[in-house]
Amino acid sequence: MKEFKLRRTMLYIPGNNPGMIGNADIFGADSVLFDLEDSVAASEKDAARELVGSFIKNRGFSNIEITVRVNPMGSEYIRDDLIAVVDGNLDAVRLPKTNSKNDVRELEKMLEEVEKEKGIGRKIRIHPMIETALGVENTFDIALSSKRIDAITIGGQDLTADMEIVKTEKGDELFYARTRIVMAAKAAGIDAMDTVYADVNNEQGLIEETQMVKKLGFTGKAVINPRQIKPVHNVFRPASEEIEWAREVINAYEAALKEGKGVIAIRGKMIDPPVVKRAQKIIAIAALENGAEDEE
Amino acid sequence: MKIKNKAQCGSLESSDLMVFVEPADSLKIEIESSVKKQYGKSIERTVKEELERAGVKSVYIKIQDAGALDPTIRARVSTALKRGSK
Repeated sequence: MKEFKLRRTMLYIPGNNPGMIGNADIFGADSVLFDLEDSVAASEKDAARELVGSFIKNRGFSNIEITVRVNPMGSEYIRDDLIAVVDGNLDAVRLPKTNSKNDVRELEKMLEEVEKEKGIGRKIRIHPMIETALGVENTFDIALSSKRIDAITIGGQDLTADMEIVKTEKGDELFYARTRIVMAAKAAGIDAMDTVYADVNNEQGLIEETQMVKKLGFTGKAVINPRQIKPVHNVFRPASEEIEWAREVINAYEAALKEGKGVIAIRGKMIDPPVVKRAQKIIAIAALENGAEDEE
Repeated sequence: MKIKNKAQCGSLESSDLMVFVEPADSLKIEIESSVKKQYGKSIERTVKEELERAGVKSVYIKIQDAGALDPTIRARVSTALKRGSK
């Protein structure tokens, strides 16, 4: 099983586009998402699922997280989608329009059956996608509904449609859903991925939205064009002052441990275990970012 | 699997291929590709493997290749056969 270190970007790739699927791992995203749902016409669902399944099985894609957005629970397509794409090379299934923990449990049951039929000895993970008002209200229950869940994600377009409002450039209307999803993810100890920024020609807008969701606590962001990858990675990179502060905290903490001191302070502020934990995470992310940049 | 109807799958966009299948009394494979000289044999081998995997012995299958990779050829052939068997 591949080890995933960073999940700053998840690149959507239409499931019936062999040119893009074949190049999925060259764009530099941390994770790719082959889409069998909205980007595929009903008449081409069969072709897309076979195409995605064939690439996952025959090409593999090492060193990148491979996920597939299947069709929603209750659709006529989902079981065939899973039969086509479940493979030892697949890392996670994204479940669109997840409304409740029952949706996740039903998917988990289907996955267990298909994994068993195919003799796959690992558990494929689940990424519920929250894009209905009902899903938002049930987010924490959903986040805790399966041990296979290691990330939860918000779908802004469908959510605003379900709320009967317009998705604006600034995205104020998504504030409640975003904060609720982040809080649920943090409480459940999983990643939170933000929705796409649809205007691929507006890099500044993408950067500002990414800065905002990073502040809220999101781990990363879905992207729809390879051009959006680098700006998003740049936002999620810890700033040099943050790294400096984190090093100071860790050094002081280690020194205090040696001296048997219970309480430490840095720059006049008391440092307690959650702060040390945050500092350790910043250093870990910075180290991984350096590794990822070397590979890019 | 028995091919009962004419069916097709794919596109002529770059990196894709069109696959046409038709019921026939024997196996006939036709390949059109700008890289037929270099890859014709390899494409034919992949098509035959997919026919064997699907258990199809009699079919007329025509390939119009636009530079497809092996996983694409396998998927498009498989889908066209399934569509033709319905």
